[in-house]
Amino acid sequence: MSDEPTSPRTPFKGGHPVTDAERLMAESVRDPRNLTRYLYYLRTAREEGLPLLVAPLDAAVNWSRANAIWPLTFGLACCAIEMMAVGASRFDLDRFGAGAFRPTPRQADLMIVAGTVTHKMAPRVKRLYDQMPEPKYVMAMGACTIGGGPYSVHGYHVVKGIDRFIPVSVYVPGCPPRPEALIDALLWLQQQIAKERPISSRYVPKRWRQSKESPFEGGAGGCCVDSPSLNSEIPNIPLHPLQRGTCPTPLQRGKKDSHS
Amino acid sequence: MKKEHQDSLRTEELLINMGPQHPSTHGVLRLVVRTDGEMVRETWPQIGFLHRCFEKIAESLNYAQVIPYTDRMDYLGSMNNAVAFCLAVEKLGGFEVPERASYIRVIMAELNRIASHLIAFGTYALDLGAITPFLYGFREREMIVSILEKVSGGRLLYHYPRIGGVARDVTPELVNETRVFLRQMRKVWPEYNTLLSENQIFVKRTANVGVISREKAISWGLTGPCLRGSGVAFDLRKQHPYSLYERFSFDVPYGQGLKGTVGDCWDRYWVRMVEMMESCKIIEQAINGLPEGPFMNKVSRGFDLPAGEVYVPCENPRGELGFYIISDGGSKALRIKARAPSFCNLSITNEICKSVLLADVVAILGSIDIVLGEVDR
Amino acid sequence: MTHQEVHARLRERFGDAIHEWQAPEAGPVGAESFRTYIQIAPEALHDVCAMLRDDSGLRFDFLRLISSVDRMECLSSVYHLYSYTHHHEAVIRVDLDRGNPRVASVAGLWPAAEWHERESFDMMGIVYEGHPYLRRILLPEDWAGHPLRKDYVAPKEYNGLTNE
Repeated sequence: MSDEPTSPRTPFKGGHPVTDAERLMAESVRDPRNLTRYLYYLRTAREEGLPLLVAPLDAAVNWSRANAIWPLTFGLACCAIEMMAVGASRFDLDRFGAGAFRPTPRQADLMIVAGTVTHKMAPRVKRLYDQMPEPKYVMAMGACTIGGGPYSVHGYHVVKGIDRFIPVSVYVPGCPPRPEALIDALLWLQQQIAKERPISSRYVPKRWRQSKESPFEGGAGGCCVDSPSLNSEIPNIPLHPLQRGTCPTPLQRGKKDSHS
Repeated sequence: MKKEHQDSLRTEELLINMGPQHPSTHGVLRLVVRTDGEMVRETWPQIGFLHRCFEKIAESLNYAQVIPYTDRMDYLGSMNNAVAFCLAVEKLGGFEVPERASYIRVIMAELNRIASHLIAFGTYALDLGAITPFLYGFREREMIVSILEKVSGGRLLYHYPRIGGVARDVTPELVNETRVFLRQMRKVWPEYNTLLSENQIFVKRTANVGVISREKAISWGLTGPCLRGSGVAFDLRKQHPYSLYERFSFDVPYGQGLKGTVGDCWDRYWVRMVEMMESCKIIEQAINGLPEGPFMNKVSRGFDLPAGEVYVPCENPRGELGFYIISDGGSKALRIKARAPSFCNLSITNEICKSVLLADVVAILGSIDIVLGEVDR
Repeated sequence: MTHQEVHARLRERFGDAIHEWQAPEAGPVGAESFRTYIQIAPEALHDVCAMLRDDSGLRFDFLRLISSVDRMECLSSVYHLYSYTHHHEAVIRVDLDRGNPRVASVAGLWPAAEWHERESFDMMGIVYEGHPYLRRILLPEDWAGHPLRKDYVAPKEYNGLTNE
């Protein structure tokens, strides 16, 4: 996997796994049966100084999280039909583990915002996002959710992009995006989930904690503002300016602290 | 429960909120339902969650630039929307449409009608708890969508009918693919009936539910399968034909109360199912009689329409879609008003959900078959 | 019955409340393309519509559409009607004062008018007197202004979200 960004969705270098260990973890997320690759991941992780006792647990948790993402049925407009087509028989989303669409946000991992969000609907979208338990991800599907789409110039009632009030993990351009694009975005999200360190970030040896790259004391890691929806304790990856959402979210009145 | 206990039991009415995010409301529709136990007393449909300012936007754009926005109104039958809009502009501007273009428009519109009814069929079954018809319907829909994608480039929103004709020509390969699809559709349609229409559970949930009488249907402004399901055999393609529909012979199905009362949910559903077969007939006649010739009469860019007003109604899969265009002589319209069928069909919800169970509200909404892009525009 | 005959029928009953018949201008395809309208005075709207619906020769039982139009000098409310029995149609137009656009509601005659008039009120600000529930339908309840007016300026932000 080269370091050069190839997809327009990840124009910055950090979109792809940066370290060898991350790359191997991403690959093992997709195909955990490959024992050789997994052992190689363990050896590379040891070389990079990751705690070996809990690193396999990271891989296990990431594998289970990435391959069983449960989306929320949140079809608003035309993109909803393409989302339904992805869930149907030809472009089956269930083979990636993401076919169990949940009607309630309390059981969902991924909110695929498919369709135009209007000012009347925006508070409801925010409420649904708040009702989702962590870890949660948001996929902005379609041009309307990215920046207003065809209604960006003259639409007075259209919110020009959902990242104005909720943090977005992945953007899928298109009007509507092809089902293959949606699947591609899901696979990219799985790759991003593979980079998370849900366990090793909490149980880290002292020498790593004090190193320059760690986000803990002594290090210059990123704050949760920059990558709010992914696990905030991985090394700071600079976001593309377009990916940066406003924070604190303006619909939450009275809450001044950063997104948590 | 003994009667004396029942009388002393204190009951309250519940206000239940369905939506705007709900798997069965077919989009962002909010239904506030006042129920007495399980019995619904009143519903307030609240719309506007998808109001995308189509009419205001259309005042700032050329007529040709408005066509993609008409696609996004009823996104399940977008060919029909664009055809209706193009007909209105052509009528006001006096533009001639070549014969081949009219035939192609009919083919595409009818293919889109079948696709839209397949989604209506699939999602209606999904609302009532059956998942298989959804997958079957989408399988046939993928065949249609691949034909439409080859001709226009888009799977859902096509921007294909243009003012003066259509954007691209239809090749013989495409005609063959349409024939293959028609064969497949005719083969699987009886399967759909065995799967759903004759299914006892489906019949029990939809027959005698949500009965709309003929007078109510007319006075509440219903059109399309909702009106025909109540026994009014009125179809704009027959009564006031447009785009050379008078050359094709097809029947107009209407509700006869086969499983219950005339005008119940099953009748509306059955009208849609039969309409799919009638559309297959029309498509077959159109591709057999497809004339040679140009597919578009070019109109100049940024043309001016003469001052005047025009209203052209067309038969959408959901009802009568009309564009009321008022022009004051420029290249942009003074006012474009879209008469959306789902907007009018949805207004009857409160009237027919007076004493039904909460589960019947879902069945009624599915049988009215709304698309919120059209309702809110 | 053609449009002109409908106009004549109305005029013999209501007299001057019905404006003069304007011959449609000849357009490129012919006069039939430019469907004209029957303009009536706002005060007579309810009676005219009652006659249109109930008269056996007219029997306009289907209210297709109520549009609101902002012509710069006035606002209009336009009613498209159709008859399923006689298969003819009519277009009624009332011109209203821009500063105070009020007209009677026809929701009592055709229940279909309820939502159309609410939308008209929402988008253009025309008040329909006698409507059972005249509230905004498409825009949020606390939206300011009526968007389809020509002098409408979209708000810079709503509820904390900017519109830029």
